[in-house]
Amino acid sequence: MNDIWLYILVMAAVTFIIRALPLTLIRGRIENRFLRSFLYYVPYVTLSVMTFPAIISATGSPIAGAAALIAGIFCAWRGLSLVKVAAACCAVVLALEFVIR
Amino acid sequence: MEKHDCAALSRGEALRLGARDGIPIGLGYLAVAFSLGIIAEKAGLTAFQGFMASLLCNASAGEYAGFSLIMVRASLWETALITLIANARYLLMSCAMSQRMKRGTKLRHRLLIAFDLTDELFSIAVARAGCIEPFYSYGAMLTAAPCWAIGTAAGILLGEVLPPIIVNALGVALYGMFLAVIIPPARKSRILAGLIAVSFSLSWLFSAVPPLSSLSEGTRTIILTIVISAGAALIFPVKDDKEEEE
Repeated sequence: MNDIWLYILVMAAVTFIIRALPLTLIRGRIENRFLRSFLYYVPYVTLSVMTFPAIISATGSPIAGAAALIAGIFCAWRGLSLVKVAAACCAVVLALEFVIR
Repeated sequence: MEKHDCAALSRGEALRLGARDGIPIGLGYLAVAFSLGIIAEKAGLTAFQGFMASLLCNASAGEYAGFSLIMVRASLWETALITLIANARYLLMSCAMSQRMKRGTKLRHRLLIAFDLTDELFSIAVARAGCIEPFYSYGAMLTAAPCWAIGTAAGILLGEVLPPIIVNALGVALYGMFLAVIIPPARKSRILAGLIAVSFSLSWLFSAVPPLSSLSEGTRTIILTIVISAGAALIFPVKDDKEEEE
């Protein structure tokens, strides 16, 4: 489908503009406290909302998905690196689905 | 992480150091991008389209959101808006980065660094002492960015070939990565921990309770992000400099 290129173009343009604008334009600090606080919280809320409950249905079984969530929170809490947390989630799903089937 | 004063590094040295530090990041990217490729394949992207999308966007959550929207053929406006929201954290990182740039850094350096300002490359760049050395970032980009694009293409090509059990397992890699971004700061802040709990709960509520559940996933993400973040900003305004701790 050709229209997929349009989506990719929009995604790439928006992503680049977001990253480039502050770095090139904003020299001083954002003074509005509400706006600063809002921007501070946005990443945590967005990622949380996208993770749950989607992770539960991301695998073949809800149990494996829930276990991956718990394992991921546990490993991230222990301060494991991004790659290790992702690997732990995969390993838990792999092990559980192997047992369940 | 070794600390170097950027003034003491030649461009070549900085490039080499960056390339070296980019290797473990690139290896992680391969695995995570593979699972992103599986989603891209479901959305109907060819391997080349996935490769280009990842090469041009360099964003995990943002691309995930974008591919989900391509899957349902959402409008381009909706795609732009969700991409903006899913990547909003880069606004902050870019702000923080701007405070660390050497005065008089040329526009082209700022634009190039911005192009691949990912969570990981941001964190290794600001973890170094002194000002941001563009050539250190370029080195890291050179090893990490191709892995992200190649991993995505591999996920699209091999996602169908691999046994479902492997694909299912890789499917949670992205969520694992999201957890690795949101959980560690929550350990230090009860407010963030509570915020994540509230976000999980409301997200579940929105997905389960009609008529809210009839809204598209993207629309739910926008509404929840704006409402919860604004509420948190009103109730718990951030103290000065806290947002740059990431």
